[in-house]
Amino acid sequence: MNTPAELKYTKTHEWVKMEGDIAVIGLTDFAQDALGDLVFVNLPEEGDAVTAGEVFADVESVKAVSDVNCPVSGEVAEINEELLDEPAKINEAPYDAWFIKVKNVGDTEDLMTADEYEAFCKTEN
Amino acid sequence: MEKKTVLYDKHVAAGGKIVPFGGFLLPVQYETGVIAEHMAVRTKVGMFDVSHMGEVMCEGKDAVKYLNHLLANSYDGMEDGQARYSPMCNEHGGIVDDMIAYRINEEKFMFVPNAANKDKDFKWMQEHVIGDVKLTDISDTVGQIAIQGPNSKAVVLKLTGEENLPKKYYTATINVPFAGKEVILSRTGYTGEFGYEVYCHVEDTPAIWDALLEAGKEYGLIPCGLGARDTLRLEAGMPLYGHEMTDDISPLEADLDIFVKMDKAEFVGKEAIEKMPLTRKRVGLKVTGRGIIREHMDLYVGDKKVGISTSGTQLPFLEGAYAMALVDLDYKAIGTKIEADVRGRRVEAEVCELPFYKRPKKA
Repeated sequence: MNTPAELKYTKTHEWVKMEGDIAVIGLTDFAQDALGDLVFVNLPEEGDAVTAGEVFADVESVKAVSDVNCPVSGEVAEINEELLDEPAKINEAPYDAWFIKVKNVGDTEDLMTADEYEAFCKTEN
Repeated sequence: MEKKTVLYDKHVAAGGKIVPFGGFLLPVQYETGVIAEHMAVRTKVGMFDVSHMGEVMCEGKDAVKYLNHLLANSYDGMEDGQARYSPMCNEHGGIVDDMIAYRINEEKFMFVPNAANKDKDFKWMQEHVIGDVKLTDISDTVGQIAIQGPNSKAVVLKLTGEENLPKKYYTATINVPFAGKEVILSRTGYTGEFGYEVYCHVEDTPAIWDALLEAGKEYGLIPCGLGARDTLRLEAGMPLYGHEMTDDISPLEADLDIFVKMDKAEFVGKEAIEKMPLTRKRVGLKVTGRGIIREHMDLYVGDKKVGISTSGTQLPFLEGAYAMALVDLDYKAIGTKIEADVRGRRVEAEVCELPFYKRPKKA
């Protein structure tokens, strides 16, 4: 399992990277592996409000639909349109395949470091 | 508690993601993933542990008469080794289960019901016995492996002689040598692809599995899980019990007309099917909008609810989202535009031909 040290993680298996004032959000390697081949992604639109701990997107594998939660509150600054056409990128490179960038970041969920997240995933297995 | 098939340890060792299914613990996929496993079957060859399927032997001099009473299809005029698919109906014209029945000889048939329904089916079969027949549930003594895909004949020929192969679709050779064991070798499957199903003594299953893995290496054979089994059957437009068929869906609604012999003198459910007005039919849907229509999603034309989806997902070979559905007769014509309510969002689809995928004919 790949868990880059520079990122922060949620218990619902999203990652967050702070780029200045902007929070970049995606799905972890652990999550993509558990979900299997992803074939569809539903993203919000630019300008939508997102809330920490609430659903902002969903991903579908061949077998199931899963919600993706937003680790931070704020406003969607940009979406990764490439994912809409190629959801498999999340399986191939989960830390490059960001979902959304959030600006005006307010509340944040309790986030874990890479070490804490790896320990947490062990309890999930 | 779920049972393990005799191949359970092999699935775990091979990295299979184990899930409960039909009372058994089985791999939904291996490390290769559903899409790669699906594509292996369409383009090369894949292998499935289907040991969870039930097997019930039916013996006695009234066997043919009994099958014709129990099942909607006709079991007259069959040769030894021939197989026929049929829905098994209830008195209300719904479906108890669907299954294949093999004729071993005139007084001996083998039913292959779904794992999840096997106990219910066995009870049903016993309750509906007519004449001189004896039923035996032999499920725990039989292993089953499916080998499916264009290269399956080449793989199988490494483990048995050409003379032992069943020559036609839906026929089987009984008690033939295979990888040094004795099996029933059947030209059947649930993928829409050329292939075989091997029924063996349960204790021989691991050795046959290993022999197939080894023999299949040069032909690109990989083990495939339940995930690919489901996407393959869906792509091939094959109905699945609990989805396209239930206690409350008639075989005519499920579009299984060719397996329902209404010209037979009688069979369980015939009278109800005759009386029932047909109001809905199984159709195929191709998603034309953005999204995936899965099972149990309401279907609309404008504000009018016109049906419900029964199965659906993204299909790997066709590279599109498709679904099967039951729709009111007025909306079953090819090309009819329908919308599905996908978690509160409307997704557009169009009625299309079944099967979605048809195996290309050999040149």
